[in-house]
Amino acid sequence: MADNYLKLVNTGFTKDLAKSLGLPRPSILRRYRPGQPLVPGPVVVLGAGAAAHELTETLLGWGLDVRRHAGGSEKLGALILALDAVEAPADLSAVALETGAALRSLLPGGRVVSISRPAVPTDAPARSAARHGVTGMVRSLGREMRGGATANGILLAEGIGADAPSATAALHFLLSGRSAYVDGQFLTVDSPRGELPVDWDQPLAGKVAVVTGAARGIGAAIARTLHRDGATIVAVDVPQAGDALAQVANDVRGTTLQLDVTREDAGTMIMDHALGRHGRLDIVIHNAGITRDKLLANMDAARWDSVIAVNLESQLRMNEAFLAADLPGLRIVSLASTSGIAGNRGQTNYAASKAGVIGMVAATAPAMAAREGGINAVAPGFIETEMTARIPVATRTVGRMLMPSLMQGGQPLDVAEAIGFLASDAAGGINGQTLRVCGQSLVGA
Amino acid sequence: MAAQASPAQASTSGTTGLRPAVVIGGNRIPFARSNGKYSTASNQEMLTAALDGLVARFGLQGQRMGAVAAGAVLKHSKDFNLVRESVLGTALSPTTPAYDVQMACATGMEAIGSLANKIRLGQIESGIGGGVDTTSDAPIAVSEGLRAVLLELSRARTLQQRLGALSKFRPKDLTPNAPGTGEPRTGMSMGDHQAVTTAAWGITRQAQDELALASHRNLAAAYDRHFFDDLITPFRGVSKDTNLRADSTLEKLGTLKPAFGRNLGEKATMTAGNSTPLTDGASAVLLGSEDYAREHDLPMLANFVDFEAGAVDFVNGEEGLLMAPAYAVPRLLARNGLTLQDFDFYEIHEAFAGTVLSTLAAWEDPDFCRDKLGLENALGSIDRGRLNVNGSSLAAGHPFAATGGRIVATLAKMLHEKGSGRGLVSVCAAGGQGVVAILEAR
Repeated sequence: MADNYLKLVNTGFTKDLAKSLGLPRPSILRRYRPGQPLVPGPVVVLGAGAAAHELTETLLGWGLDVRRHAGGSEKLGALILALDAVEAPADLSAVALETGAALRSLLPGGRVVSISRPAVPTDAPARSAARHGVTGMVRSLGREMRGGATANGILLAEGIGADAPSATAALHFLLSGRSAYVDGQFLTVDSPRGELPVDWDQPLAGKVAVVTGAARGIGAAIARTLHRDGATIVAVDVPQAGDALAQVANDVRGTTLQLDVTREDAGTMIMDHALGRHGRLDIVIHNAGITRDKLLANMDAARWDSVIAVNLESQLRMNEAFLAADLPGLRIVSLASTSGIAGNRGQTNYAASKAGVIGMVAATAPAMAAREGGINAVAPGFIETEMTARIPVATRTVGRMLMPSLMQGGQPLDVAEAIGFLASDAAGGINGQTLRVCGQSLVGA
Repeated sequence: MAAQASPAQASTSGTTGLRPAVVIGGNRIPFARSNGKYSTASNQEMLTAALDGLVARFGLQGQRMGAVAAGAVLKHSKDFNLVRESVLGTALSPTTPAYDVQMACATGMEAIGSLANKIRLGQIESGIGGGVDTTSDAPIAVSEGLRAVLLELSRARTLQQRLGALSKFRPKDLTPNAPGTGEPRTGMSMGDHQAVTTAAWGITRQAQDELALASHRNLAAAYDRHFFDDLITPFRGVSKDTNLRADSTLEKLGTLKPAFGRNLGEKATMTAGNSTPLTDGASAVLLGSEDYAREHDLPMLANFVDFEAGAVDFVNGEEGLLMAPAYAVPRLLARNGLTLQDFDFYEIHEAFAGTVLSTLAAWEDPDFCRDKLGLENALGSIDRGRLNVNGSSLAAGHPFAATGGRIVATLAKMLHEKGSGRGLVSVCAAGGQGVVAILEAR
């Protein structure tokens, strides 16, 4: 779906007009293309903890131009803030101020990524304050950045080094164009598990991935993205969407499975198809979902129950089947929504289902980990799809432009990229989490 | 196919010494009543959609199939290479050979049967057979008079010759020729032909309406139990056959006035309710050798065991127009050492309810079986609970060339679900022809 405003303020004479009028000017985001450089310029690693050294090694290993200090007039691709060693609020100061001084050198599409430890209740209060302080600093920094640059963080659980596979993979994801619409977010790595890909452009090579709701919108983008990254796709959607589904499957050289996921035997049907036809099942993306918006005062049982049944209960039932089958190393990614985090007027049913997904993912994680797999969720914000194209223009403009730090709606591809990352073996140390892909929005969509 | 095996052989291998041809699966677009949802869809569009849905279901993208054989009964002259042109529009490899088959309503069966033979002979490893028809986007030809003028005009060299050609033009030549379902040699419509047969066999209105009702109920029930989820891909916003009337009743069917055989007066029993409507649609069936199916991790639903064509002399009134299957079935049974009762499912195409019931009545009639089929005894009756159990053409509709593909895919899935047994297919066709076939569960 086109965001015409984004085009207007970035091209031709309307670009200059918008500039002189002082109109908000969202930037065209740096999105991933296979083979492109990981970051647009040199990377500066700031901070003094153990992570600083480990991260420098990692970045050098990727052949990047790595500096330990900012300065000079040279433009920079990314700033890495190694804050894993902070013990008290005063420890934030040096890195914060050095970051501030370097911000103007950051190229469009640049990145700030912090590495720190999560605050836990057993911390001394000062340490907890400092650690938690990092999140406030990074999130605010995200709001101050321009030119499509973003600020995100990686939280390393106690005992996990910055060189853990999933810490490395999270850093790679956040630096790359794959995280274009992820802003102001934190990914927690709480396990040393995970296996880095042989080829970062083919992180899903050899995998078989099932994508539900794959006929259109975000689901179709997920199918195409996972296929681009090397996976064989089983495209699932309701029989009524079969023609669009066939188109997607033929584009990605996968197979279709026309299936209503609310069926009792949906999990078995999916496993039978994937195992029977492709010999394995590595990834399930629970993307199928519906909206039946109504103010709660006007809500009827059909609207409420169908949303809960499709968006949440079907996933619970399928996950039970997958767990019962003990598929080794299965990685599940569910679609939540920022509506399920922030709430949204007219979406009590939808938000209940999407917040439910966040709870489901957290509670299913241990069982998945016990089978060498994992489960996470992605919560999209305002994404430009056929669905959001039907929102009245004024509401849509507010939703896409004024609220997110990036001043624009996301593309289905942006959601798909985050899902592809969480579905990869490299994300094995990330489990039970919900990652927002919202351009740092305040509200749900 | 030569009759090599004697009837005494208990084998159902049909012709011995050949490898099996396996039905892997099928796909069709929902069938739509004529001049309805698909009124602007061409044969090529519909066949391409049916093929692409099949390709997507079985992951055939980029594959070179052994052959794609299909056809249409009503075909524009520009569609001389309809199937090849359709294949070029799909995700299949453009190096897949394709050819058109045309045998009236038996087009699909003939296409599928002869592909199965090629697989059994080892000539090809895989094939897609099917058919398509539209009576909405039907070819309309200019009149013979105008055609003669236009052809002469194109041969004319001088102004005088051109004027001479044009002078032969008459205003009545502007009336176009639309295709009909009339038989060229009798001028009678297919329905009027069947009405004679129906009356001759004493088939009652009640029996025909009951068969029509069962067809609608069985088809509706099959949809309800998701039977068609892996047999159909929607097209142009249609996801179910538009002719299906799940809420039909005998009372409603009973109110309809006779549509065929009206010259029979009181004995006219054939209505729009117990006759198939003109329909648009397309179907495709994936066939392969066992090796092909195994190599590609594809399911094997049923073996396409054998098939047989028949034809009757309806022109001289020796037999009813649509009775050829009644003659072809006993030959097929004999070649395969089977009796009519050796089947778990019977798929008898419901061109008209009267066609199915006349055929069954003929097989039950000792005189017919002795005098016409040369058998000592009647073939006997079938268990009606095994007839068209997931609905047939009266409910689904009948896009002529697409019906064979619908039946073969449906029957193969039924047999696979049951896990054992055989199915008998019978499809009648214009021109007094018909094709019958045997499938065996895997």
